Amino acid sequence: MRERASSTPFVIVPRRKTWTKILGLVVIVLLALLIRAFWVGDIAWSYVGANLFSPSVLRGVVNSIIMTFCAMVLGIVLGVIAAVMRMSDNPVLRNVSIGYVWLFRGTPALLQLLLWFNLALIFPTMGIPGLFSFRTVDVMTPFVAAFLGLGIQQGAYTAEVVRAGILSIDKGQTEAGLSIGMTPLRAMLTIVLPQAMRVIVPPIGNETIGMVKLTSLASVIQYSELLRSVEDVYYVNSRVIELLIVASIWYMVVVTVLSIGQIFVERYFSKGWGGHGPGQPARQTLTEEAA
Amino acid sequence: MDALITAVGLQKYFGSFHVLQDIDFAIAKGEVVCIIGPSGSGKSTFLRCINQLERIDAGCVAVDGEIIGYHRDGRMLYPLSEREIARQRQAVGMVFQRFHLFPHKTVLQNIVEGPVGVQKRPRNDCIGEARTLLKRVGLAQKAQAYPGELSGGQQQRVAIARALAMKPKAMLFDEPTSALDPELVGEVLGVMKELAASGTTMIVVTHELGFCREVADRVLFMDAGRIVDSGTPAEILENPRNPRVKNFISAVL
Repeated sequence: MRERASSTPFVIVPRRKTWTKILGLVVIVLLALLIRAFWVGDIAWSYVGANLFSPSVLRGVVNSIIMTFCAMVLGIVLGVIAAVMRMSDNPVLRNVSIGYVWLFRGTPALLQLLLWFNLALIFPTMGIPGLFSFRTVDVMTPFVAAFLGLGIQQGAYTAEVVRAGILSIDKGQTEAGLSIGMTPLRAMLTIVLPQAMRVIVPPIGNETIGMVKLTSLASVIQYSELLRSVEDVYYVNSRVIELLIVASIWYMVVVTVLSIGQIFVERYFSKGWGGHGPGQPARQTLTEEAA
Repeated sequence: MDALITAVGLQKYFGSFHVLQDIDFAIAKGEVVCIIGPSGSGKSTFLRCINQLERIDAGCVAVDGEIIGYHRDGRMLYPLSEREIARQRQAVGMVFQRFHLFPHKTVLQNIVEGPVGVQKRPRNDCIGEARTLLKRVGLAQKAQAYPGELSGGQQQRVAIARALAMKPKAMLFDEPTSALDPELVGEVLGVMKELAASGTTMIVVTHELGFCREVADRVLFMDAGRIVDSGTPAEILENPRNPRVKNFISAVL
């Protein structure tokens, strides 16, 4: 360390971080051993490389992304509706919303997928009598069952996230909107929700990432998403671990891309908070506290 | 003189708490009325009733001859739709204690939100008017700033401009300087004095007795949900007859 100019005769000696260094070294050695174990283990890495970009695996990746997107859109739409219903003055709407969240948060997603997929057992045909009807098995394809199952249960979680976001906005914002002649609905849509987005986006990003992985459940109802497509390969060539590694790599890639996307979405909705990133104190609050 | 805003027999409860007890009130066009009184006396609630942010429990309020919140049929008053109430609210501008600017919109967007978004007036006209208003409150150079970048006093002046942009018939001020650092109070009161001088009808709930003395045509003293005394600033502030007013004034000064 360079000695800094000082008017006192004393010299400050930096603390010797011996144990920090030893601990760091131990962890590095352990990591190296772990990597070596995988390297020398019975993994035929050539199979990983060979299957990483195979058409059937890529189709699985695409199907997983499509399902994530569709289920999240359905989840967010249902979530916003349920959140607004929950905060309504109408007791029927409020309780229907509470019941929806209770029901679809209360059972495992996998079970819900199986229920949707087997809906034909309860309702062999669906439709409006006299107008039209169809056989349920024809309509309840793996895609539709997974879409409904994942989207509807996602809506139950999103409802709570959206409600928390709306509650986080000062009631004065609504009143200010009303005072310049807005209807309550307009104040909600143009004043409250855009601000609530700042609170809503990080957990929704989290849930979207969760959904990428949750789509793997759809493999049990024959939807050919990523996990299902690697399973189809290893049923033939028995390279189980190699293909699971392929799937892991693709899940990691998709999640990484989404995490980066989330940064940009958050930046967009933090307008007016001085471009602070997530987790930074909002300047608005600071000035209000000072006042 | 024709009254612009009248309240007759106004009653308001919060649960079992009787916040406003039989308020009778009238303000003429161009008049400036200041309401003073201890906290919890119902001053703010009264303002919020005029702007229909609170529902009244009995009595009625009329703005420019129109009963607010209700459609009258003989003796019966039927509640208006939210859309009708929203239309009526445009007749009175409101300035809040804690500003409540929209933090996700720039100063200019805050001001044009009402005229463009609600009143559907041509955007370019409104932007021009907004810039004139900003000049009037001394913030012409802050049009593109976000509220979070402004001081409290500047935010409150923008809030005044935002209310004025609706071209209201009257302006309500709910303790507009109470949330401000002392050195910022003057700039907001300055804007309000200019408004009063230009003939704006104003009801101001405030603790700034100096402002009352200088600007008010009439001062009301409220206590425990009633208008206890009213008169010219000299009558109320200099030689209060009512002992409760006297106590309050001496405690504040």
